[in-house]
Amino acid sequence: MDFLSHLALGFGVAFTPVNLLYALIGCLLGTLIGVLPGIGPVATIAMLLPITYGVPTVSALIMLAGIYYGAQYGGSTTSILVNLPGEASSAVTCLDGYQMARKGRAGAALCVAALGSFFAGCVGTLLLAAFAVPMTELALKFGPAEYFSLMVLGMIGAVVLAHGSLLKAVSMIILGLLFGIVGTDVNSGMARFSFGIPELTDGIGTGQIAVGVFGFAEILMSLSRKETHDVLHEKLTSLMPNRQEVRRAIPAAIRGTTIGSLLGVLPGGGALLASFAAYGLEKRVSKRPQEFGKGAVEGVAGPESANNAAAQTSFIPLLTLGIPPNAVMALMVGAMTIHNIQPGPQVMTSNPGLFWGLLASMWIGNLMLVVLHLPLIGMWVKLLTVPYRLLYPAILLFCSIGVYSLSNSTVDVYMTALFGFMGYVFAKLECEPAPLLLGFVLGPLLEENLRRAMLLSRGDPTVFFTRPLSLTMLLLAGFLLLLIVAPQFRKTREEAFQEGEA
Amino acid sequence: MAKIRHPKDFFAGLMFIAFGLGAIIIGSGYPLGAAARMGPGYFPRILGILLLVLGGALSIRGLRLEGAKITLESSRPLIILIGSVVLFAMTVSTLGLVLSSILLIVVSSAASKEFRWKEALVSGVILSALSVAGFIWGLGLQFSVWPTFIGGR
Repeated sequence: MDFLSHLALGFGVAFTPVNLLYALIGCLLGTLIGVLPGIGPVATIAMLLPITYGVPTVSALIMLAGIYYGAQYGGSTTSILVNLPGEASSAVTCLDGYQMARKGRAGAALCVAALGSFFAGCVGTLLLAAFAVPMTELALKFGPAEYFSLMVLGMIGAVVLAHGSLLKAVSMIILGLLFGIVGTDVNSGMARFSFGIPELTDGIGTGQIAVGVFGFAEILMSLSRKETHDVLHEKLTSLMPNRQEVRRAIPAAIRGTTIGSLLGVLPGGGALLASFAAYGLEKRVSKRPQEFGKGAVEGVAGPESANNAAAQTSFIPLLTLGIPPNAVMALMVGAMTIHNIQPGPQVMTSNPGLFWGLLASMWIGNLMLVVLHLPLIGMWVKLLTVPYRLLYPAILLFCSIGVYSLSNSTVDVYMTALFGFMGYVFAKLECEPAPLLLGFVLGPLLEENLRRAMLLSRGDPTVFFTRPLSLTMLLLAGFLLLLIVAPQFRKTREEAFQEGEA
Repeated sequence: MAKIRHPKDFFAGLMFIAFGLGAIIIGSGYPLGAAARMGPGYFPRILGILLLVLGGALSIRGLRLEGAKITLESSRPLIILIGSVVLFAMTVSTLGLVLSSILLIVVSSAASKEFRWKEALVSGVILSALSVAGFIWGLGLQFSVWPTFIGGR
């Protein structure tokens, strides 16, 4: 069967010493930033983007992917032991994880979180492998009109599933699209919005926007928070959950994996939304809802499985359709473009080693994480005692050097500082930056496909409605927009995000 | 004169209007082309108009809905952080990586309320050494390490 030969190819690529090393670096780095509050995978991947320039493509992607799912493992540790989300997607784990720790079940909570994540990671990777071929075949049938509609659907979906004001999110996407087309127009060779700055004719770098808007903003927000680390000092006596905990955790992990896998694929989904949704689900289906918030093991197993499953399946739309469903995947597009690879259905055929190698590395990475994570917890906890006032200047320095190193250009650093300021303004006005990054990455693609579709139809805009696949996607997008106006859905959407903030 | 009831929406709207206007005005010099053969000005024009409409809607909403005030308590750290990065950009090619790194660390440390001179300097020296080791020896990046005016590379 094809499937087996693909897997053999993938493991062949992933098992080379270099790639194993990069997977390990990615996983460890991911865990590290997952454990540390105030820096997330978006900022880290953005910071490392320029550095991956000198690394082989497969190895670079393996490492960056490792950071994303590694962060899901690390985030739970801080949530459980310190009652502070190390990662936004582990925020709900605080609710029950920390309560378990206070009852002396910290070891069990950590173990459940890690094993649940591992199970979810395996399922997510399998799903990616299974859906890759059919999705790619579908995508190869797409013309420019279909691609345009797919991107519209993706962006609308991202807005509907994100939290905050709809109007602002749509505006942020369009602003992102505008930033995306800065630089030389491919068709006419004309430099657009470059303000006479030669560096800008190449366009704005993904790293500059992401480091500025996410990285700097994260530091600023963390600085205004008070530092109240209250690390649990009790010895972790036993890591093993008891029989009753296991019996309650297993179905929760399966439910979490299911919902996480689904939400990971959806545009705007990803790890964050998945963990919130899984917690809500667990609370609803539980026979003991009164135990939630007081140390229910399901409240750890569900969300932690969900966020890792989603981290894996969010690669599906990226690798098969070339459409990033969330901000981290948008950065992966950036990483691929640095290496002159246009993400999309052609990657699997033109570059099978890259595709299946990345996939196999995810499974290996998950295995490394589950084996390494628990023994290393003591070390991660020590890291948490490093005060933030020493940490953030270091993050800032590495960000600046990273951006500068891409083309030894100080203009890039000034741009990053400018985006840092914008990120602050966005945060103050409650404008979510994730849609901006999505729009930014899709900008050139959207314009190109719009142009081609209109050229083929000789300027007739109805082409988007007369081709069945394109029409279906636009109808779906319209339906999503209608949903959000419906008061019932609106209420559940707000509730889903409030659980963790409470 | 209507009252601004929801400042976050109102000013976000103004911001999008400004970006939209900017796109239309700067983009007015780019050839528009026709729908079948779009010039470089076509797509930016669409985006600019959309931003104007959405920004306008947001601002109007900001006049009608109630909302929380904008607090500016973290503007001091903002200025220090952005300033330290700008300073790094200004100095890195002339002063070299070692000195500009220390500068960035010390200046940006001042954004914290618990700033201490000695601690910031020590961490600056350590991190500067680490970045030279990591970025220049480890990754082989081509930076100037020492100030160019005293004959450094």
